[in-house]
Amino acid sequence: MSLLEIHNLSLSIHGAPVLDHVSLSIDPGQIVAVTGESGSGKSMTALAVMQLLPAGTVATGSVRLDGHAVLNSPEDEMCRLRGAAVGMVFQEPMTALNPVKTIGDQVMETILIHKAMPRDAARTRAQEVLTRVGLPPDRFPLSRYPHELSGGQRQRVVIAMAIALRPRLLIADEPTTALDVTTQAQILDLLKGLVTEYGMGLLMITHDLAVVADMADRIVVMQKGRVVETGATDHLLRHMQHPYTRMLFQASGHRVALPAPPAPAPLLEVRNVVRDYRLPRTRLFEKPVHHRAVDHVSFTLNRSERLGLVGESGCGKSTLTRAILGLEEVQRGQILLDGQPVFTGHKPNLAVRRKMQVVFQDPFGSFNPRHRVARLITEPFHLLEAPPTGSERQHRIAEMLTAVGLSPDDAGKYIHEFSGGQRQRIAIARALMIRPELILFDEAVSALDVSVRAQILDLLAELCAAYDLTYLFISHDLSVVRTITDRVMVMQSGKIVEQGETERVFADPQHPYTQTLIQAVPKLPEIGQGAA
Amino acid sequence: MLRYALKRLISLALSLAVASVVIFAVIEVAPGDPASFMLGVNAQPETLAALRAELGLDVSRPQRYLNWVSGMLAGDFGTSYTYRTPVAQMVADRLWVSLPLALYALTLSTLIAFPVGIYAAARRGKPGDLAVMGATQLGIAVPNFWFAMMLVLIFAINLRWFNAGGFAGWDNGLWAGLHSLTLPAIALALPQAAILARVMRSALLDILGEDFMRTARAKGLSRRQALWRHGVRNALIPVLTIIGLQFSFLLAGSIIIEQVFYLPGLGRLVFQAISARDLIVVESVVMLLVFAVITVNFLVDLAYAAVDPRLRSRT
Amino acid sequence: MSRALILGAALSSVVVLMALLSFVWTPYDHAALNIPEKLQPPNAQHWFGTDHFGRDMFSMIMVGARTSIAVALVAVGIGMALGAPLGLAAAARKGSWLDELIMRGNDLVFAFPSLVIAILITAVFGPGAVNAIIAIGIFNIPVFARITRGAALSLWEREFILAARVAGKGAARISAEHILPNVANLLIVQGTIQFSLGILAEAGLSYVGLGAQPPTPSWGRMLADAQTMVSFAPHLALIPGLAIIVTVLGLNLLGDGLRDWLDPRIRVARA
Repeated sequence: MSLLEIHNLSLSIHGAPVLDHVSLSIDPGQIVAVTGESGSGKSMTALAVMQLLPAGTVATGSVRLDGHAVLNSPEDEMCRLRGAAVGMVFQEPMTALNPVKTIGDQVMETILIHKAMPRDAARTRAQEVLTRVGLPPDRFPLSRYPHELSGGQRQRVVIAMAIALRPRLLIADEPTTALDVTTQAQILDLLKGLVTEYGMGLLMITHDLAVVADMADRIVVMQKGRVVETGATDHLLRHMQHPYTRMLFQASGHRVALPAPPAPAPLLEVRNVVRDYRLPRTRLFEKPVHHRAVDHVSFTLNRSERLGLVGESGCGKSTLTRAILGLEEVQRGQILLDGQPVFTGHKPNLAVRRKMQVVFQDPFGSFNPRHRVARLITEPFHLLEAPPTGSERQHRIAEMLTAVGLSPDDAGKYIHEFSGGQRQRIAIARALMIRPELILFDEAVSALDVSVRAQILDLLAELCAAYDLTYLFISHDLSVVRTITDRVMVMQSGKIVEQGETERVFADPQHPYTQTLIQAVPKLPEIGQGAA
Repeated sequence: MLRYALKRLISLALSLAVASVVIFAVIEVAPGDPASFMLGVNAQPETLAALRAELGLDVSRPQRYLNWVSGMLAGDFGTSYTYRTPVAQMVADRLWVSLPLALYALTLSTLIAFPVGIYAAARRGKPGDLAVMGATQLGIAVPNFWFAMMLVLIFAINLRWFNAGGFAGWDNGLWAGLHSLTLPAIALALPQAAILARVMRSALLDILGEDFMRTARAKGLSRRQALWRHGVRNALIPVLTIIGLQFSFLLAGSIIIEQVFYLPGLGRLVFQAISARDLIVVESVVMLLVFAVITVNFLVDLAYAAVDPRLRSRT
Repeated sequence: MSRALILGAALSSVVVLMALLSFVWTPYDHAALNIPEKLQPPNAQHWFGTDHFGRDMFSMIMVGARTSIAVALVAVGIGMALGAPLGLAAAARKGSWLDELIMRGNDLVFAFPSLVIAILITAVFGPGAVNAIIAIGIFNIPVFARITRGAALSLWEREFILAARVAGKGAARISAEHILPNVANLLIVQGTIQFSLGILAEAGLSYVGLGAQPPTPSWGRMLADAQTMVSFAPHLALIPGLAIIVTVLGLNLLGDGLRDWLDPRIRVARA
């Protein structure tokens, strides 16, 4: 008998259908990955097993956990199962822990709430599981608070809470999505190890197909609340039946062809740039401590070149981006665009700003919700001495909207009328509006679903051919950087540790950190493109 | 933690210093000379000069400010212009009515608001919650002195459970004192309790949407257990802010409520002083009130740190 | 639109209309003494009864609404007109000496409840409606400065502000063009709440004699006059009290309703 048996599960929230006849099963010791894009219903499937669905949810079908029917079973019975028979790990480790309780108390709570053992034994067990997840009490005492731990460490605490009572089933909902790639690799290893050691079943929810292919024994592909394909990992990867599955895998490994860059002619020159931040003092009269976010960074970006900047969170790439944009002044070194400094006498240099634009990550926060698209995308006109007016302005708006694949009629709409992918297109239109010489893409495709991401990458490649773009592409996602750049720089702790031609760096990394980084990225399997 | 407390203490001292300058400056711009006001228009120049010297008015302004502050630090608030008695003694007597009243009301308000707010949050959208929300909406709209008059009408004049006014004094025992402060305290507390209950409810509802509440439920805690073990303590952080603010409202409110119940508190003292133009008494009472408010906010800051470990380690 | 919004708007507009109407018409002259008809309970001739001088309570309530609304409105206006720009400036220069100065100044004003400010002002300049306005207005400044700064700070972190900065716009322009329109809803809601608090504060100040002075009619002073007569003429206290409650309740409901209605997040959740 299977550990978890979901049969024909349908869900609706306030009448809106969310899941449509979903069936899947998990055996002990098995890892089943549920994957799909946002809105596929993969997280709702997990919450249905826990019976932690939002208010107003109506469920039909059956969910059997270890022989118990959990669907519509009484709340007090579910409380006995949660934490004991099934544990859960969530996506966002920064907010998944109660900030005012120690990690020891929070791990012990799982044990004590089920009255599984007396307090002393619970403390010992908490120490054991924390040690097992890589937080030994001699270095991470039970009295630590969550804010004293990093994101990866907090996720370990969440896992410790989930496995404290050795549940038969563990559910992990995007457990590594919020983490850096090297941390992700460690957490995935930990989860795999726990499954083998305890013989648990693992229901893993993730959008990342490389993680899926790397981890799962079985794969369940979902789209719009339906299971479109399911099968053993090896078999499914070799013989994909459903077009959506194929599209998903193709989009994940999407490659674009960039036009060849011309002979090098420097456009952006960054020389020995240093940016320090003062940290809050920890004692009253000590000397102020500085954190060096950018540490003697030098590089050159040539005209019509596509340069990548990769690194993990906190490596200083955001600070460097802001310094190049002239949003922050640097303490030492020089940033020159076309030979002119970004800052002159503590003031941003308008002549330089005119030649630069940026596309940000968040398609929802990048626009003032109160303005129409025409006003939003013409905001950079503010930089021009003689911005186009009247019909010329209308013409430019129409041209740019068309260039990014939207309709000129969209100019009169508000931003909330567009999807995430469309908003990112509008952001690109805004950046192109004044035909800047340099565009910075700051994690510009990181928040998008894989299929939308592939379309935006295609758009970028087209625009490179049409408008001869020069850009700096900042991202934590190595696979995207690999296809969309000519050259790449790797940043660690404020320093550029390696730079070179993209293919060369990826194929033959020289610096140990680059090697670790590339090693840590889960590999997308080669799939037979035409075979079906 | 110690560093945090020290930092707050320094900011407390600074606030007090600036506040004292402001109060002194405002009183200084008042027209007229207290000495000639006390002696009338026909006073002899020599007597006037003597009185000015006695009152400490014959020195420069900065000197007068320093004398005032150093006097206060030593417990000497000066001499009342009208009663010719030490202000410190007058204020101390009245403080023993106003301060217990404000604290009594704060206790009542908290004791009522916490359970009501938690009850409403736990039953969000259900009839119990709607009833609480309606009642608190009304409670916020009621002026406390009018509510006090209604309490007098019902419980003192009609039911005769309490005296309509006056203060029994603490000499007749704690119970007698508390008894005569009960109606005023209820009048002060209920409108504030309505505000506090709403804050408690909405703070809890915010917390209920947090990720860690879902984590707690995934561990096997029931809705109620999660609310009590993880919700309430986190909700205390915004609630404490409001309690701190409420103390200043209660203290100010008690000055008004004293008028309804004819209580011999700071309120009556200050209004008598205003009509008698006894500015040194006004100055001292205002300084005392501001001192109380700033001190309570300091205590609230310390309470924050006790509740929130992030504050303890950060600064 | 929610029921709270409709009820709140209805109650508030009744009070405002009554105040406006009192400029052209009241049932009786609110100041006319009529000793023979004193202390009448509410009846057909005098809907709200008469006071101890035989004055018509309904007329006094109508004219008193004028005082309450005027004092509270001007006080909120002062608070918003000075507080919101201070908050915007503090947020635009977060962490600078200007921000520090504004915020410490705020803390200081918070240490003076509006009644204490009124006591100080009255002690020096004597009582009056204008001094009540100043006292309540001063207390409102930090309220508006604080919520404006808080909301503006989170907006400054948003990417559309960064985009505006990349478009070369300065702090003042961004504050006016992007920040202010996005905090306007919040200011309107808070303004409604402070308006109701202002009415309560004005009533309290007038009750203890620090607010509007005779012959200006005021709800707070009507309550003070009623105090000695509450045992045999309870309507003298009941009616001004109910007038205050209805006004404040109406404004609070209006504020809550507006907040739910204007908050785009909540509207999206409902859609």
